Amino acid sequence: MAKDKFENALEKLEDIVRKMESGDMPLDEALRSFEEGIKSIRFCAAKLEEAERRVEMLLGKEDSLQVKRFEGDRSDGR
Amino acid sequence: MNDILTVSQLNNNIKILLEERFDFVLVEGEVSNLRRPQSGHIYFTLKDDKSQIKAVFFHKFGTYQRRTDFELEEGLKVLCRARLNVYLPRGEYQLVVESVEPLGVGALQKAFEQLKAKLFAEGLFEERHKKAIPFLPEKIGVVTSPTGAVIRDILNITKRRFPMADILIAPVRVQGNDAAPEIIQALRNLQSYGAVDVIVIARGGGSLEDIAPFNDEALAREIFRSSIPVVSAVGHETDFTICDFVADLRAPTPSAAAELIVPESMELIAKINILKQRMIAGYYRCQKDRRNKIAGLQERLKDPRRFLINLKINLDDLKERLRSSFDHEKQNLNNELQQLQLRLLHQNPARKISERKILLKNIQKDLFNNLSGRLAALKERLRKNSAVLESLNPLGVLQRGYSITRSMESGMIIRQAADLSIGEDVNIQLARGNFNAKIEKIYQE
Repeated sequence: MAKDKFENALEKLEDIVRKMESGDMPLDEALRSFEEGIKSIRFCAAKLEEAERRVEMLLGKEDSLQVKRFEGDRSDGR
Repeated sequence: MNDILTVSQLNNNIKILLEERFDFVLVEGEVSNLRRPQSGHIYFTLKDDKSQIKAVFFHKFGTYQRRTDFELEEGLKVLCRARLNVYLPRGEYQLVVESVEPLGVGALQKAFEQLKAKLFAEGLFEERHKKAIPFLPEKIGVVTSPTGAVIRDILNITKRRFPMADILIAPVRVQGNDAAPEIIQALRNLQSYGAVDVIVIARGGGSLEDIAPFNDEALAREIFRSSIPVVSAVGHETDFTICDFVADLRAPTPSAAAELIVPESMELIAKINILKQRMIAGYYRCQKDRRNKIAGLQERLKDPRRFLINLKINLDDLKERLRSSFDHEKQNLNNELQQLQLRLLHQNPARKISERKILLKNIQKDLFNNLSGRLAALKERLRKNSAVLESLNPLGVLQRGYSITRSMESGMIIRQAADLSIGEDVNIQLARGNFNAKIEKIYQE
C-alpha cells in the first residue's frame, strides 16, 4: 500500500516542520527529526518522479483475464 | 352455417377461435380500475384513448417484477405479455397477463424511486459503509466505453494532473440491456485482477432511459460488495443514479472524477519543496537558538561573589532596620505607659469618698431639721383639732340639759314637730340614760 506510505510520509514531514518551527526541540531530537524529514522528502519525491504511465485494457472474465495495451491513449493528449 | 346454436355452443366456438388466434399477444396500454382482492391476483383494465380490455394477473405467475423492481399503479403505462381467455359462464373475454414491464419516463422514474427507497432502507447508502478514496493511487481501474469523449477526458486529465498512475480500462457498453451485466462483470474482473487502488465507473450524460443500466439493482449490490473503493461518475451534475448513491464517492461528471481521484502532482512537488525549505530553516534556527541560550547562560553564570556581597549588604540593612524598629517600638510603649499612669492618678477614689461624706452629712442635717419642724407642726394641729372636737361632742351639749329625740320606727333624729305623729313611740336620750315616750299632742309652730 504505497499510497498510504506517501500520505503518511507527507503528514510526518508536516509534523516535523511544525515541531521544528515551534523552536523548543532539543538539539539531538532536532537532528534526528531532520534526518527523518530528509528521508520522507526523498520517498515522496521518488513517488512523484515522472515515469511513462501504462494505459491498458482488461478483457475476458475472472478465470481468463487478459491485459492488452490500450491503443486509444497515443492519439490523445497531444 | 344456418344451424341453430345454443348460447353455450356459440361461446364455445368463440372461445376456440379467439384462444387459438390470440394464444400470445403483446399489448401496451394504461392501467386503470386496479384491484387486489385477498386472493393475491391482480385485476385491472388496460386501456388507451379509444378502447379498453379487462385483464387479470394471476398471482402464481408472479413474474412481473422480474425486469424492474416496480409495483403496478393506477395510470401507469405498461407493456403486457398475455394470452386471451374467454370466460364461458359470462361470455366475456379478458387478457391473462404473464408479465408486465413499465413503459415511458414516468414508469422508469417510478422504478428508480422504488429501488432507491428499498436500498436506502437496507442501509446500502450509509456513510459508515463508504471506503476512503486513496490519496495517491498507483493503478486506477476505469469502467466505461473504450471509445468516446468520457475515456478521453479521463485519460487527459489524469495525465495532466498526475502522470504517474497507471490506468486499467475495463471496456463495457454503457447503454442498453447488456450494459448492467457487463459493468458487473467488469467490476469483478478488476477485483480479481488485483493491484487496482480505485475504480471509476463513468458515463456521459443522457436521458433517463440512457442511464437506466446505472439504476440496476444487481449492479448496485455489486458496487456495495466491492473490496476496492468505487467512484461513480455517471451523467451530468444534475443526474443522480443508484450507482451514485451506493458508490464510495460520487463525482458530478467523469472529468470531475478524474480530478477527485488523483492529486495535482505539481502542487504536491511544490508543497514538498516548501516543506523542505521550512524544515532546513527550522533546523538552523533551532541550532541558533541553542547557541544564544548557552551564551546567555554563560553570562549569568559568571559572578557568584557579587551575588554574595549583595546578600551581605542586604543582611546589614535588615539588621539596622530591625534594631531601629525595635527602639522605636520601645519608646512608644513607654509613652503609652506614662499616659496611663497619669490617667489612673486622676481616677483616685479617696477624693471622691471625702466629697461624698460631706454630702451625706449635709443630707442628714437637712433630714433632721425637716423632721423636727414637721413634728412640732403636727402636734400643734392635733391640739387645735382636739379643742374643736371637744366643742362638737354631743354629749357636751346634753350635759347642758339638751336631749335628742329619735323615732323608734326609723331611728331618725327628730328635728321638727311636723315629723311626728300622734301615738308614735320615740326614744329620748339624755346626758345620762334614755327613755321611751309616746306622742300625745303636737304643737305646730
